[in-house]
Amino acid sequence: MNPDWTSPSDVSEALAATGYLSDAKIAQVVFLAERLDKPILAEGPAGVGKTALALGLAAATGRRLVRLQCYEGLDEAKALYEWDYHKQLLRLQSDEGATWDELEGDIFSEPFLLTRPLLEAIRSPEPVVLLIDEVDRVELETEALLLEILDSFQVTIPELGTVEAVTTPIVVLTSNNTRELSEALKRRCLYLHMPYPTIERERAILRSRVPDIQEAMAERIARTVATIRTVNVKKAPSVSESLDWARTLLALGIVELDDEHASETLHVLLKYQSDIDKVLDELSLPDPSLADPSLPDPLLPDPSLPGPGEPASA
Amino acid sequence: MRDVLSAFVAELRAAGIPVSMVEALDAAAALSHTDLSEREHLRAALAATLVKHPRHQRAFDVAFDVFFGTRKTSGADAESKPLAPEGSPFDDDSFRNEVLAALASDDRDALRRLVGEAVDRYSGMEPGRPVGGRYYTYRVMRRLDADDLLIRLLTALGSADVDSPFDERLLESRAAAALAALRRTVDEEVTMRLVDERGAETVAASRRMALLEDIDLMHATRAEIDEIEQIVGPLARKLATRLSHRRRHGRKGRLDVRRTIRSSLGHGGVLLDPQFKPPRIAKPEIVVVCDVSGSMATFARFTLQLTYAIASEFSKVRTFAFIDGIDEVTRYFGPDVDFAEAVVRMSAEASIVRRDGHSDYGRSFEEMVDRYADAVTPRTTLLVTGDARNNYRPAGAEHLATLAASARATFWLNPEPRRFWDTGDSVMATFTPLCDVVEQVRTLRELETFVESAALPAFRARAAAS
Repeated sequence: MNPDWTSPSDVSEALAATGYLSDAKIAQVVFLAERLDKPILAEGPAGVGKTALALGLAAATGRRLVRLQCYEGLDEAKALYEWDYHKQLLRLQSDEGATWDELEGDIFSEPFLLTRPLLEAIRSPEPVVLLIDEVDRVELETEALLLEILDSFQVTIPELGTVEAVTTPIVVLTSNNTRELSEALKRRCLYLHMPYPTIERERAILRSRVPDIQEAMAERIARTVATIRTVNVKKAPSVSESLDWARTLLALGIVELDDEHASETLHVLLKYQSDIDKVLDELSLPDPSLADPSLPDPLLPDPSLPGPGEPASA
Repeated sequence: MRDVLSAFVAELRAAGIPVSMVEALDAAAALSHTDLSEREHLRAALAATLVKHPRHQRAFDVAFDVFFGTRKTSGADAESKPLAPEGSPFDDDSFRNEVLAALASDDRDALRRLVGEAVDRYSGMEPGRPVGGRYYTYRVMRRLDADDLLIRLLTALGSADVDSPFDERLLESRAAAALAALRRTVDEEVTMRLVDERGAETVAASRRMALLEDIDLMHATRAEIDEIEQIVGPLARKLATRLSHRRRHGRKGRLDVRRTIRSSLGHGGVLLDPQFKPPRIAKPEIVVVCDVSGSMATFARFTLQLTYAIASEFSKVRTFAFIDGIDEVTRYFGPDVDFAEAVVRMSAEASIVRRDGHSDYGRSFEEMVDRYADAVTPRTTLLVTGDARNNYRPAGAEHLATLAASARATFWLNPEPRRFWDTGDSVMATFTPLCDVVEQVRTLRELETFVESAALPAFRARAAAS
């Protein structure tokens, strides 16, 4: 079904209803993409919600999601279509008497065509959301494969002719910017640069995705994560990691984030030991390995302390 | 609106952002679906259609603020202006307290109003004064006493619950963000007034900032270096892809008679299908010798990062760093290391400072000849990076001559503008005749061009012939 959005705020409401919190920029670009029938190219660091945007769009519009995961070595046969060679062979063997013309016309026809995600999105009778994930992983030359479909929503198969889209899909491409995409690809898309969210937006995301979290706690987590991102680390924590962190803290019954809890659970947020050491130092956090071993392990529930959910400092 | 849009596109192009015809048309189409009164929507619509590189975002934002600033100060603020009652003297301190309160409570409307007033009072803006906007911003920030505001903001925000250094650190980053917002607001306000006075095109031209790839690496600010760091990785990978692509699709080699005859046996000895040998690739060894003193370190780092990106074009890469002593630092670098970190480790661990930590080219070249003469062979391309500022010490040209004589070719990259060479303590003229190619490489773009061309056989042939 086609979305009946009349303004960007409709878009952000529809997305919010599915649990995806957008901002003015995202809502505007999605709105334009729908109006102008153009693909969206979302680029930004891993884990800021590029793929989630496509999932959210599919949920918000009630469309089916067709996903093409890109990887090095992806080719036409895996992205567009392939002829079912074994079935063709069987057809030839089963019918000795047929003439060449009959056979040729027959084995290069629809029943022998294996559709892959791109063709599937084009031929789908009901409109879909097409997600082309991590397009920066394919080689520069393979990008050209996508151009025809992005440009005019059609695929040309030499034996069959041009297959045009029955309905216009919403197309979302994502890229982690590990290499630069070609100009030709970028020109055909609306470019959506997705940096890390602002503190306000990250707090709102935490509140919506982790419903049990307290307002003050969400604020503090968002501020801490934002500060960590200003430190020059190998892998800055993304939104999905700060969500993991919030869930971890909640699961441990921590409702007030102080320096010791932060340093003990930092490994949820950061994936390299060198990063953890750097952040401990930069944020003046105590080194967890120097903690007094006679103290109870904070990761184990201690019977003498108040139970989870109550402030430990009571 | 169409006129504004085409002027805006012209400004983007002038700032170096490649905006194609199609993209400009897309922008026009997008605007017809955009609520123009919503500034952020307008910004998103234009950014999505016109700017396709994260590294062009900054130049876009500058131009956008000039062309589509919030022009409502003069009207709306006229009524709310009498903060201090008429006639009473303007009180700087109580005004700054109000700014402080607005910053502490994150009240953006109040901040905007106060900044409007601050610009009135402090900027000393007069029509026709041929002064750039940054000067006015600077004046306003100085009169507001930004450093003092920061300290008082820390006290104001941190009254309640600061129990640990960690809390303090969070507070600091919050205060710093608030102050950055203040500076940005002042800057926007100043820009807007200049636009009213001089027109958008003129202001945009004066505010135009170099694109990241065109920033002078020697004089880049810390923040600019951070931004350049973000783009140099993807750039290096793109360069590597381009080179390997050229290799695969390059010319074919000589006829392979044996394989041609072998394949002709399939069709009765008719030579239908000529086979070619793959072209023999002469991969040189490369020895990079970098001056890593002071501001040269950044330049050396980017040179190394791009060189290692195309390491497959060379049979061997060895790296030496010097300040007033030289050491081999190959072990710190590789195709997949974090270069910023590697440079820090290298400066801490390698023995490159012997005396006072000021560059000494003569001594370093001498040591290179003594200790690492075996690194430079007739198959070696020697690449020296440095500004040749030798602190009035002996240049030691004879040692570089020794190295250059045993090398296949010698390149020198100097990040200083050519007109500054041989001024002051620069001894570039002494080294120039010893090198095959001497280039001024000031920006990332020039560096990329050089590295790419250095991998071309034609370039190496030219260097060897000269």
